[in-house]
Amino acid sequence: MKKIAIELKNITKRFGAVTANRDVCLTVYNGEILSLLGENGSGKTTLMNMIAGIYYPDEGSIFINGNEAIISSPKDSFKYGIGMIHQHFKLVNVFSATENIILGLDDGSSFDLEKSAKKVKEIADKYGFDIDPAKKIYEMSVSEKQTVEIIKDLYRGADILILDEPTAVLTPQESDKLFAVLRRMRDDGKAIIIITHKLHEVLSLSDRVSVLRKGEYIGTVNTAETNESELTEMMVGEKTALNIYRGEPKNSELRLSVKNISCKSREGVKLLDNVSFEAMSGEILGIAGIAGSGQRELLEAIAGLQSLDSGEITYYTPETNMEENLRDKTPMQIRELGVRLSFVPEDRLGMGLVGNMDIIDNMMLRSYSKGKGVFLQRKEPKDLAEKIIEQLKVVTPNANTPVRRLSGGNVQKVLVGREIAAAPTVLMAAYPVRGLDINASYAIYDLLNQQKESGVAVIFVGEDLDVLIELCDRIVVIGGGQITGTVDARCATKEEIGLLMTKSNGGAKE
Amino acid sequence: MLDTIISYVSAAIIQAIPLLYGATGEIITEKSGNLNLGIPGIMYMGGISGVVGAYLYEHFCAEPNTVLLVLIPLLSALLGSALLSLIYSFLTVTLKANQNVTGLALTTFGVGIGNFFGGSIVGLLGESGSVQLPATAAVYKTTFPFMKHFGDLANTGFLLYLAIIIAIAALIFLNKTKTGLNLRAVGEAPATADAAGINVDRYKYLSTCIGGAIAGLGGLYFVMDYTGGSWTNNGFGDRGWLAIAIVIFALWKPSMAILSSFVFGALYIACVKLPGLSGSDKELIKMLPYIVTIVVLIITSARKKRENQPPESLGLSYFREER
Repeated sequence: MKKIAIELKNITKRFGAVTANRDVCLTVYNGEILSLLGENGSGKTTLMNMIAGIYYPDEGSIFINGNEAIISSPKDSFKYGIGMIHQHFKLVNVFSATENIILGLDDGSSFDLEKSAKKVKEIADKYGFDIDPAKKIYEMSVSEKQTVEIIKDLYRGADILILDEPTAVLTPQESDKLFAVLRRMRDDGKAIIIITHKLHEVLSLSDRVSVLRKGEYIGTVNTAETNESELTEMMVGEKTALNIYRGEPKNSELRLSVKNISCKSREGVKLLDNVSFEAMSGEILGIAGIAGSGQRELLEAIAGLQSLDSGEITYYTPETNMEENLRDKTPMQIRELGVRLSFVPEDRLGMGLVGNMDIIDNMMLRSYSKGKGVFLQRKEPKDLAEKIIEQLKVVTPNANTPVRRLSGGNVQKVLVGREIAAAPTVLMAAYPVRGLDINASYAIYDLLNQQKESGVAVIFVGEDLDVLIELCDRIVVIGGGQITGTVDARCATKEEIGLLMTKSNGGAKE
Repeated sequence: MLDTIISYVSAAIIQAIPLLYGATGEIITEKSGNLNLGIPGIMYMGGISGVVGAYLYEHFCAEPNTVLLVLIPLLSALLGSALLSLIYSFLTVTLKANQNVTGLALTTFGVGIGNFFGGSIVGLLGESGSVQLPATAAVYKTTFPFMKHFGDLANTGFLLYLAIIIAIAALIFLNKTKTGLNLRAVGEAPATADAAGINVDRYKYLSTCIGGAIAGLGGLYFVMDYTGGSWTNNGFGDRGWLAIAIVIFALWKPSMAILSSFVFGALYIACVKLPGLSGSDKELIKMLPYIVTIVVLIITSARKKRENQPPESLGLSYFREER
């Protein structure tokens, strides 16, 4: 009989009106690897952050080794022997591995780097890590940095380890190495929770799988007794009807063609791997995928913000059907070619709008180069701002209000309004309804539909499969930087898309 | 010839002392990620606090005690400069004000306070003339008898040795202690330090106040030892800014600060000590320390060696991430 390492009972956590976790129960035993599986926004990371002391649960209790534990800070969680390895490493770049590992440690021992380095080496040898304790963090690869993070927790005597999507940044070989280490730690009696949405990892690594969906606990199954399709079903759930309007595409013709494009991150991980698809006028093309599978890079490549290693991006001018090559052009060059490309980026107040500037000035960001002379022409942008406020029902005191002060939905309306006002022939929108309430979301769907009807090729990157299935005409599924499939949204099922989303082999393929 | 060298070197050393105090103080401050541009003002504050303490003691005590003659100005200077640094910390750490603006404001403030009290304290106590602190200055200028062979060092007291001791202590503290490691982590990556259970705000407050107090000793040295116990408005000049330049020149290393202060001290008085310079030549030579700083900045930035870069979060307020 295995001992229970950690038990969560009826945990609920709310952020304002949003419930991130509702009534979640979870049990982890010593000497096992538990996968926590779920889509983006299903509350996996929030749940784990409550164990790590970053958030405090609103309701429910946590038991560690059978005793109730109050974890109100990361320090408390160290005390209970819990270590969490976040997706973004918390390391000091100019420090060596050892210095990072002992940082903030208050165990009463004297400051002796050599002794500490020896202990680091011992831990590394015990579990089969490969590490140079004297190496500086800035000289390390991502996988080495991750190793430092894990050893940091082991050095502090962690018995419960939580890893938040540890393989997202690793190459397949590095992932295999990590799994071998994790198995050794499991055999040593540690309890390991791994947050992931890669089904093949779940099946090959873990002993049991717990599934969360939209903040709720769905169930736990033994890995040996389950399969991919059962897990996908648990993950995506039943289809819910949203009644989003969808018209038939009219006068569809090829507008944008992306052929075999690839690019790598600075660490050499493939972000886009041989991606090809076509966008037609008068239709909404959906792009589905787990967050960070290359959607951002894909859109930025088309918009002229991401340089490519190979491949082609071709734009077909309406009526004349003239071909324009968009690869390796800056946004300004693309505009000068007469390509009317609009981009609603994921990061609204970072890439889309300037938060401290008012609505009028934000309109000018797209047209500043049109004015003559040295002085700004504020009349046209002012008219446009007022038109957008009126037509899209933006709630704002006036057009001179800094956009930072508007609510998320209104910020999005201003941004989409500006991009549509440029009369685009291609409109790309990344997560345009993220963080918006129902009404604002439907307002955005209507805007996209209007664009589609007027013959624009709309590319919609979304995360909610229900929305994608009801809004889009075709859906391209991207996984690990590769296109894993294209489906007709009118007859696709959530399971089908969900399975395609998790099909990839991680960041890169051999 | 030997006499000329001794004369030049000793003059350079006494110029280097206030710079070294300022630089060591600023290094400790900047290691916490606080770019304290208030250092020039804080050094004035240290000077005037020492003057006020010494003046009141000499004025009201008929037979001053030697130990108190040292301690009262010393503690006044430490307190005065630490107080100004505390204001800086409160504004930038607790209220998250912009560090550059706050620092510049405090420099203006500190210089103003120094000049105001330096010029008026005598008048405030109903006397005439300017501040003269002969008894205190005499104690501060006392040194070992054998130093009389070393030019200007013959009249330079304990603050010279204290400056070097503090710089070496700072070196050991930063590199050989856990607290030093924690402090460096705060300046490099406050979020990481926070996650490791280090109290970021406390480290920033303490290092800024202690750093400021050390810098304040530079002002104290200037008024008690260098000028022999008198106050001249704006007499300290731009030595505070030079100290900040030295921090960059020294690549945030206290050991390098000792060397750099000497180099800067030598460059600073080159215009006086080099023979046969015309008036316009002197003005050109005065630019040397600043030109050297710019050259060093260019070289270190171009080489991009990570250890030689400023602390990564220097100049940034730390907000604990809320979601």
